Amino acid sequence: MPAVSKGDGMRGLAVFISDIRNCKSKEAEIKRINKELANIRSKFKGDKALDGYSKKKYVCKLLFIFLLGHDIDFGHMEAVNLLSSNKYTEKQIGYLFISVLVNSNSDLIRLINNAIKNDLSSRNPTYMNLALHCIANVGSREMAEAFASEVPRILVAGDTMDSVKQSAALCLLRLNRTCPDLVPMGEWTSRVVHLLNDQHLGVVTAATSLISTLAQKNPDDFKTSVSLAVARLSRIVTSASTDLQDYTYYFVAAPWLSVKLLRLLQCYPPPEDGAIRGRLTECLETILNKAQEPPKSKKVQHSNAKNAVLFEAISLIIHHDSEPTLLVRACNQLGQFLQHRETNLRYLALESMCTLASSEFSHEAVKTHIETVINSLKTERDVSVRQRAVDLLYAMCDRSNAKQIVTEMLSYLETADYSIREEIVLKVAILAEKYAVDYTWYVDTILNLIRIAGDYVSEEVWYRVIQIVINRDDVQGYAAKTVFEALQAPACHENLVKVGGYILGEFGNLIAGDPRSSPLVQFHLLHSKFHLCSVPTRALLLSAYVKFINLFPEVKGTIQEVLRSDSQLRNADVELQQRAVEYLRLSCIATTDILATVLEEMPPFPERESSILAKLKKKKGSGTVSDIEDSRKERNVNANANVNGSSDHTITNTSAKPPPSFACDLLATAPPPTNRPRPIPSSSMLHTPLTPLSPKAYTPQPVTPTVPFYQVTSSPSSDLLGLGNSSAVNSASPPTSSHAASLLVDVFSESLPVAALGSASAHVIEENFSRFVCKNNGVLFESQLLQIGLKSEFRQNLGRMYIFYGNKTSTQFLNFSSSVVCPEPLSSQLNIHMKAADPVLDGGAQLQQILNIECISDFVEAPVLNIQFRYGGSTQNISVRLPVTLNKFFQPTEMTSQDFFQRWKQLSAPQQEVQKIFKAKHSMDTEITKAKIIGFGTALLDGVDPNPSNFVGAGVIHTKTIQVGCLLRLEPNTQAQMYRLTLRTSRESVTQRLSNLLSDQF
Amino acid sequence: MEWVGSPKINQLWWDSSLWGRELKLNTCERSHLYCARVKISLTAVYSGTVRTYQDNMQFMLLFSRQGKLRLQKWYVALSDTQKKKISREVIQMVLARKPKMCSFLEWRDLKIVYKRYASLYFCCAVEDQENELITLEIIHRYVELLDKYFGSVCELDIIFNFEKAYYILDEFILGGEAQETSKKIVLKAIEQADMLQEEAEAPRSVLEEIGLT
Repeated sequence: MPAVSKGDGMRGLAVFISDIRNCKSKEAEIKRINKELANIRSKFKGDKALDGYSKKKYVCKLLFIFLLGHDIDFGHMEAVNLLSSNKYTEKQIGYLFISVLVNSNSDLIRLINNAIKNDLSSRNPTYMNLALHCIANVGSREMAEAFASEVPRILVAGDTMDSVKQSAALCLLRLNRTCPDLVPMGEWTSRVVHLLNDQHLGVVTAATSLISTLAQKNPDDFKTSVSLAVARLSRIVTSASTDLQDYTYYFVAAPWLSVKLLRLLQCYPPPEDGAIRGRLTECLETILNKAQEPPKSKKVQHSNAKNAVLFEAISLIIHHDSEPTLLVRACNQLGQFLQHRETNLRYLALESMCTLASSEFSHEAVKTHIETVINSLKTERDVSVRQRAVDLLYAMCDRSNAKQIVTEMLSYLETADYSIREEIVLKVAILAEKYAVDYTWYVDTILNLIRIAGDYVSEEVWYRVIQIVINRDDVQGYAAKTVFEALQAPACHENLVKVGGYILGEFGNLIAGDPRSSPLVQFHLLHSKFHLCSVPTRALLLSAYVKFINLFPEVKGTIQEVLRSDSQLRNADVELQQRAVEYLRLSCIATTDILATVLEEMPPFPERESSILAKLKKKKGSGTVSDIEDSRKERNVNANANVNGSSDHTITNTSAKPPPSFACDLLATAPPPTNRPRPIPSSSMLHTPLTPLSPKAYTPQPVTPTVPFYQVTSSPSSDLLGLGNSSAVNSASPPTSSHAASLLVDVFSESLPVAALGSASAHVIEENFSRFVCKNNGVLFESQLLQIGLKSEFRQNLGRMYIFYGNKTSTQFLNFSSSVVCPEPLSSQLNIHMKAADPVLDGGAQLQQILNIECISDFVEAPVLNIQFRYGGSTQNISVRLPVTLNKFFQPTEMTSQDFFQRWKQLSAPQQEVQKIFKAKHSMDTEITKAKIIGFGTALLDGVDPNPSNFVGAGVIHTKTIQVGCLLRLEPNTQAQMYRLTLRTSRESVTQRLSNLLSDQF
Repeated sequence: MEWVGSPKINQLWWDSSLWGRELKLNTCERSHLYCARVKISLTAVYSGTVRTYQDNMQFMLLFSRQGKLRLQKWYVALSDTQKKKISREVIQMVLARKPKMCSFLEWRDLKIVYKRYASLYFCCAVEDQENELITLEIIHRYVELLDKYFGSVCELDIIFNFEKAYYILDEFILGGEAQETSKKIVLKAIEQADMLQEEAEAPRSVLEEIGLT
């Protein structure tokens, strides 16, 4: 049958395709396509109604253009027209277009759904099939909603044709995968199970797929399928190859169905019923036996189909993991495949054996193939097969063969493909650690790894070797000796220098007795590598040097000289410079005792899962593990971000930052957050002298008005700091800052007044302002001198605010005064009365001041609180924005859904609504959001919005002159981490202001 | 992912008639949202969301030795951009393989099973746990169906009659699973459809065909 006679002979289409094929260049092709698109567009738009044939032809052309990779943005309507046509050929093209170019245009989907509905009820099997295919191909939620109950009916109806049943089964499968919530389980489920008994093997094939999918989620509902599946399978495997007629594929009886049945059985444990179980075992044995029979055909299709069933049977055997004889037979069968001439079979055998290796019954049997696997590692030409061999060696490794396998992997590593080197390195590192009988072998192996594939040795690997050496004192001397020897090589990898530096710094004394590795020799050896290394390594080496000063007082002079050299003390890199300065200073001023304490040997690391293992799991992308890894990583990133945070954070954080010594290098990435922190007995000692204040802290820059806030960034708990109880404020000194404050107070007390003395309103502090939009109490301002707390209450258009001033120092504040300023036009919108405050505020004491507020009309700006006092001989000026915001004058309003929407519609003028779409700044927790909306002042209305995840609120703003009703709706989109906020009030300025206030809160 | 795949959420967001006034996004918001969307879809692909569908077959691609896509069938909902990106990646990878190498490739969380017939590559992406050999034979059976229908099928047949290639595929595989594995039954269904077509179609003049009337 030549191609031209086929199909419906749309000549226009054929001509167009030929044209495209004849285009000499990409440009010519695009030109031709654009011409055609213009033509089609004009035809579709034209006055003359197109007949079905032309429509079909043009839609087909559009489809072709789309398949060439161009975007198509029209023609959908015509396609929908076609699929609603009565002519089969037009219908077919219409469906095809829709299936390939699904468009989420909801109007269109409705039309399509209508057409599908008609076709499904047409009772014409050809039409029904087209409709079902379309649902299965598009599989969108709208379609699931429309047809999820209809399709099961068609599937189990007594009079449905076989071919329609098949389509319906797979259509349902697709819908269940897209929207499992919409597919109702019901009485049809048991009838679906009985389709396994159907006469028609095509129906059974389709039904088996469906049942497998459904059974994964509801195993109990489909339990009865097990016995039916076993019966069916048994009939197939025992049938003569001609029994199943066209379902026999290259002399293999119904291979697809067999595979699917075996797959379905893998949803369940071995059958409990002895008879069924026996029958299944017989089936599996028959399949294994057949693999030994001579092939009935030389065609690869025959062997592929036969082996497909065999591999699936082996999967089931492994899944059951209960029949030792079957497991061993499976293993032997796979062993034969390991040397098969078909690459595909070798690949699959290696892969399946990997899972067999984990079964206790077959582990030993798998191990017998070690030589073959090692051989394929060496001889396979396809990297993906070699990769499988590496995997299998890893899986079959245990204490008995670890040395052999690790050696083989190491030697393979020298020539391995770059793409899999890192993974091999990880695997070797894990095996070496896991099966190490003596740790000298482990140390040797890792050093070998670094030597052979240093670039692929990730941090986790060399961190790990150091953790192990530190934790095991039996290996420390050997490790020191080995790294010392390894470092002798003229060219060694930087990772080796890192390990060497660390280990010699800790345990160099263990080999110092030998004159060949005397302290001075060790030092010179390390230092000879120094200039070739990157900054982090050099930093590590500097730490090693200072440890040497402690270990070997005799080399102190030499090392001090090195530290003192310009290349260190004036190094362009801040970290190196700082270490050199600090270490040098430390070595000069500290007594031997202090040195010994500060530079004490590292304490053992807590035992935990190897970070390498975690990394490998991640590399392999195993679901949950990688999630944990990710979050862990993220936390570390966060931690780092804090540590290296911007200048105004640095001061607070330095006190929490671990010293830049060994501990920091190793621990920064290693411990999962759940583990207890590593005990550092000498920590307090370590911290103080070694903590480098970031050089930024020394510069005058921080003395900008932002500086006093470094404490404010501390934990949220400080918000609530003792407002209800004044004594708490008196004694409270923020826990995190005490350290830093004492260190920095000098800097501030000198320079802060200079900055603040300028003009009184030079800078209004509003850092904490937005925190008070949704709440009334908390700490408004805090510096190392003063803390200002607020407590306030509002009723109707009136409010009262209690301001608490806490003196955090031990000296008196003199001439204390405060005033509230309302710039125009605020002064006419708000009335504020304040009683004068006591002029003296004693050290450690607290002062309270009361503010009475009356709201005259709606307002935008907020009043400013100016505070002035004398401390330590200079005048301090502080200006803080007071959180008196429009929403404080809300009265919540409860209303029914009906009322709400009535009012909502009344406020439909464009200027009455403000809508904002913004990114979430905080976690999108429902409870927190609810609390914020209530805190904002409106009532939170449940059951108004049809979508339960949205929030709806209503309230009335009370001012002396007017009252303004306000409706709001907040729609979170957690996937996008975004919100949409819609506000409607009768006054434009109010809407705008409220929207700005509220959108800032999420 | 869901946001891209299912218009449902868009609908909730953008046109709930209850909320009255038709929403008009200004361009800034539009592009902002667009960015958000693209980002989501990409992270979805990279974080392996493809896997959660657990379809047997995720997609099937037919392409030439020159890397030209001849047929694409997707059994998972993805955006056009994603589809293009994935196709490009897979085609590149498969074309780089040498003969005699094995027909299976690990790619992201999936397995690519491919086979070359003359100038055409047939390539399926299946779940990692899926049976590779039976997928290989799915490809072969599809080739047999095409061959039988067109009579020694060649690349040109598929280019010029792409819609037929799609129909045959739909009869054979639905929702990523084999629907009917009997060659005879599939071909009978297609031929019946062709019959319906011929009945419906009156012969046309050549002039009409090339659009001159």
